[in-house]
Amino acid sequence: MSIEISAKAITPIRLSYGNLEERFGNKRPASRYQEAVYDVQPTANFQYRPLWDKNHEIYDTGRTAIVMEDWYSFADPRQYYYGTYTIARAKQQEVAEHNYAFVDKRDLLDELPDDIKQAVRDILVPLRHVEWAANMNNCQIDCMGYGTTICSVAMFNAMDHLGMAQYISRIGLLIDGNEVTALDAAKKDWMDAPEWQGLRHAIEDMFVLEDWFELMVAQNFVLDGLIFPLLWDRFERKLSQNGGGTIAMLTEFMSEWYSETVRWTNALAKVTAQESEANQQLLSSWLDKWTNRLSEALEPVAEKAFGTEGAAELAEVKQELLARFGKQGLTV
Amino acid sequence: MSGKKNTAFLIFQDNEDARPIIEAVEQDNPGVNIQYQPGMVRLERAGSLIVKRETVEELIGREWDVQEMHLVLISLAGNVDEDDDKFELSWG
Repeated sequence: MSIEISAKAITPIRLSYGNLEERFGNKRPASRYQEAVYDVQPTANFQYRPLWDKNHEIYDTGRTAIVMEDWYSFADPRQYYYGTYTIARAKQQEVAEHNYAFVDKRDLLDELPDDIKQAVRDILVPLRHVEWAANMNNCQIDCMGYGTTICSVAMFNAMDHLGMAQYISRIGLLIDGNEVTALDAAKKDWMDAPEWQGLRHAIEDMFVLEDWFELMVAQNFVLDGLIFPLLWDRFERKLSQNGGGTIAMLTEFMSEWYSETVRWTNALAKVTAQESEANQQLLSSWLDKWTNRLSEALEPVAEKAFGTEGAAELAEVKQELLARFGKQGLTV
Repeated sequence: MSGKKNTAFLIFQDNEDARPIIEAVEQDNPGVNIQYQPGMVRLERAGSLIVKRETVEELIGREWDVQEMHLVLISLAGNVDEDDDKFELSWG
């Protein structure tokens, strides 16, 4: 007697949700990212308008001057939804935690030359306030924004900035043997030292921006696009060349994070500018306005960090930033 | 199934992890013949087949090691030429 084992294929009746079939067709199964973010934004049946804003619905496309026919035109090239995001960050956190433990155990920061330590206290530690502001701003974008692909990116970004503020705090603690002296001094600098006031003023103006997409441009396109290359890359390298390589071990996340962030800011700028002439002009004018304002505000910081070469370093970073967004179709 | 001697093929498990690789192969290999069979997917093409790291990375949105392909690979035919950027099968 022979037994015949026949393979039977059971094909699913449908490969993805209806909303995704409408968008992407029913040829192949939807990715987890698509299932997680598309069409999640509530669009109807809001009943009452919020007491704090009688001119808008609770979720309203009208909170920005940018107009998109489909707010889901943008997709995160990293495809982060809760699962992929937390897995990626958990891996990075494990590496960072190991580095901090390593530096702490061997007292590596004690070995640093005094001028390097002071440079870290003067330039890097005050940035925890900038990072906290970036967290606030991205929460605001998430709160007022429209379209889950954009809002989820903003919220992940907010959490990243909070994490980076915490890394900086830990550096500030490590550098003074777990005393809060460096953190207190940095707070005092942030509030009073003349070189930080221009930046603090600009950031506080960003807190009260009405248009969330303008805030997106100011914070995530421009401010991050200036600070990360200037201070977390170039200044970091300068410290390393002068014997401060240990610091680079503790700030590895910042440089990794920035190269990742460039990918989605580019994509968002490109998609939004392509949509219409009006969007393109609006984005370009915001880019222009905030690049000028923030690079001016960063000038004294750059001078403090790099001495006489500060202005040149900042100008280069600014050029790179403008060239990057020029490539995405913005007028610079 | 093709009986031709110069057919290169790759067979993957039909699952979530293999899907972007299959899609990348479809993009990078004009004329590739894809057969969905129970539990597996067979990709064949006359002469050669290539899996490019860059294409897969774009589809999954993260860095991808070509070696990860072996977790979902069932079988293959052809001479293997493999480096950090691609996995290529060819005859002759």
